[in-house]
Amino acid sequence: MSKKIIYRGARVVDPSRNIDKVMDIGVEDGVFADPSSWKGAEIVDLSGYVLAPGFIDMHVHLRQPGKTDAETIHTGTRAAASGGFTAIVSMPNTSPCADNPGTIHYIRTYAESDGVVKVLPCGAMTKNLEGQEMSGIGGLKAAGVVALSDDGRCIQNHELMRHVIEYSRTFSLPILDHCEDTILASGGVMNEGYWSVFLGMKGISSASEELMVVRDIILSRMADWKVHIQHISCRNAIESVRRARSEGIRISAEATPHHIALTDEEIKRFDSNYKMNPPLRSEEDRKAILEGLRDGTITVIATDHAPHTETDKMVEFDYAPFGIIGLETAVNICFTELYHTGILTLPGLISKFTKGPADVLGLPLGSLETGHAADITVLEPDGKGVVDSSKFYSKSRNTPFNGYEYTGRAVATIVNGKCVFSRISKLSA
Amino acid sequence: MNDYPWNRKDLLCLYDLSPDEIEFILDTAEEFKKVSQRKIKKVPALRGKTVVNMFIEPSTRTRISFELAEQRLSADIINMSAEASSLKKGETLLDTVRNIEALQADLIVLRHSATGAPNFLAPRVRCGIINAGDGSHGHPTQALLDIFTIREKFGRIKGLNVSIVGDILHSRVARSDMWGLLKLGANVTFAGPSTLVPREFTRAGVRVCDNLKDALVGADVVNLLRIQHERQRSGFFPSTGEYAKVFGLNRESFKYIKPDALIMHPGPINRDVELSSELADGPQSVILEQVTNGLAVRMAVLFLVAGCLK
Repeated sequence: MSKKIIYRGARVVDPSRNIDKVMDIGVEDGVFADPSSWKGAEIVDLSGYVLAPGFIDMHVHLRQPGKTDAETIHTGTRAAASGGFTAIVSMPNTSPCADNPGTIHYIRTYAESDGVVKVLPCGAMTKNLEGQEMSGIGGLKAAGVVALSDDGRCIQNHELMRHVIEYSRTFSLPILDHCEDTILASGGVMNEGYWSVFLGMKGISSASEELMVVRDIILSRMADWKVHIQHISCRNAIESVRRARSEGIRISAEATPHHIALTDEEIKRFDSNYKMNPPLRSEEDRKAILEGLRDGTITVIATDHAPHTETDKMVEFDYAPFGIIGLETAVNICFTELYHTGILTLPGLISKFTKGPADVLGLPLGSLETGHAADITVLEPDGKGVVDSSKFYSKSRNTPFNGYEYTGRAVATIVNGKCVFSRISKLSA
Repeated sequence: MNDYPWNRKDLLCLYDLSPDEIEFILDTAEEFKKVSQRKIKKVPALRGKTVVNMFIEPSTRTRISFELAEQRLSADIINMSAEASSLKKGETLLDTVRNIEALQADLIVLRHSATGAPNFLAPRVRCGIINAGDGSHGHPTQALLDIFTIREKFGRIKGLNVSIVGDILHSRVARSDMWGLLKLGANVTFAGPSTLVPREFTRAGVRVCDNLKDALVGADVVNLLRIQHERQRSGFFPSTGEYAKVFGLNRESFKYIKPDALIMHPGPINRDVELSSELADGPQSVILEQVTNGLAVRMAVLFLVAGCLK
């Protein structure tokens, strides 16, 4: 006998179909279905909440295999569920690197048994992320990768990059690129600008990002294939993406919650929880990110969730690894900084977590459409609270947002019709 | 007790200090300078206190100056270098310092190649931290001795024109001098190859010059920084020979400076690169007085910081 549930009373926001109204959402056996003729279905009253397609974070480091003291598929997917995400794209810089079908198989197997949200593996563009030799892209596709990236590294050889983009088109795998000229950025630990000069730290110039963004735009145009700019952080790079998109080039970009909320002035604390790559940029760059989100140049918000143990992070700023966690704070930060400030409307904000990433990945996700897997994020846009990193599901605590006062949060996460996380009594995990 | 103008257990960066606090250190240093001129140069101010000199980055003059200052104050001293420490065995800096603290050490004098290392440690430990130079960030006692020397010669800081010439980008001395001098009302000019003198400093209130002449004309003090050969190798300028010609203070460029201007250098000097030998040893040079004053300034800092330990 099939199981039918009707979610009733919520404001339903589905940017993929321009829906924003109170309506019933039906789920039958884990799939969205039309409930208009149903009798005797279970009714869940979600009055006062917002029901959105399941949120997707297309930039997550799960650290398994290889660095399971910082995060595992078990803890990382629970952190995702707690943060309102139903699907996450796992970056390939694991150990061993996800440049081969065996590692992809390992990740998928663990995700199925240990994970609570969907783990969509991203494969490496080059063998061992070395930027020298193309990885076995056809084999990776067959093993189930949804995209290709050398995240954390950037292919410096333009010819190789050109070939990777062209070749990936055959397999419909989008390229997710971490744009960085490694010689220009070499040795840098923070944004190059007034604060790096003032503090005497080696800077990472925004030119190092802009150069590679422009390179990618040119190669994307030549190959007529999708290149997605990861964690875009500087004004001029955003301007280049804006122009390219207006010309019809298949380029897209994501911004992270920390680049939305913070600037390089924070580095004066010498707290390595503010150290990530690309680094926090200037206020001018931050404003350009907000404008890029507002005008649609940036269609995706992704966290770049990068767990590190306290031992690794509690060292001199220069020596600390790059990266902060983000799964359990992204929704809080973005509602506070983007929705309650009027920069984005509710559908506008939800789109960055649903339709935006689904369009880049080309997958049937991020929509409440009948026949799609029933992935749902239930939101409370006016829910207030304070971030308490000691309560995180993630294994790591490397966040600069501990103590952050927010307005807006995810209250329940439903994957394939099954509630995997809930803060409200009407739904139980 | 509340009126006492010093209540810090650490000296991290001059940026943090008020003009009054800086003046108070300089006044205290004047008293200690008198001590150094006595027949018996030792006072019991730090008797029973343990000071650890942690020089994670090699140093000669700063380490010797601190060590002597500690001895003159009757402190017990432990010297540590990176080579001989468990940092080489993979212990973290924080663990090393906590172990030292467990031995009831009172003060740590820290020299470290990583910017902000003292700022990272200070809030996490009970003992006092004195920054003896961190990366390109700060070198507060060097700046204090520079300012002490200038004040001693001119009787004031306010309104003086101080030009600092050289590799500003990588210089902790330039940054600390800048904050100290600006707080006390001096006009600060930076000059050097444009690859090594970031324009961003104008936002802090510094005048930035691309050529030496503009920096020398009208200067009351010219502070020349050591130009490091590594910078040449990383392509910041073509050669030390060219540097000496274009940015060095020598007989040629000397004609631009006032006859009563002071010539300073934090040492060690590359003779005939940033500064010609004859000028380094000439009547306008106060380079060795800087070294002498460094002792008094470090005694003052050790004394004041030790007085604020709980």
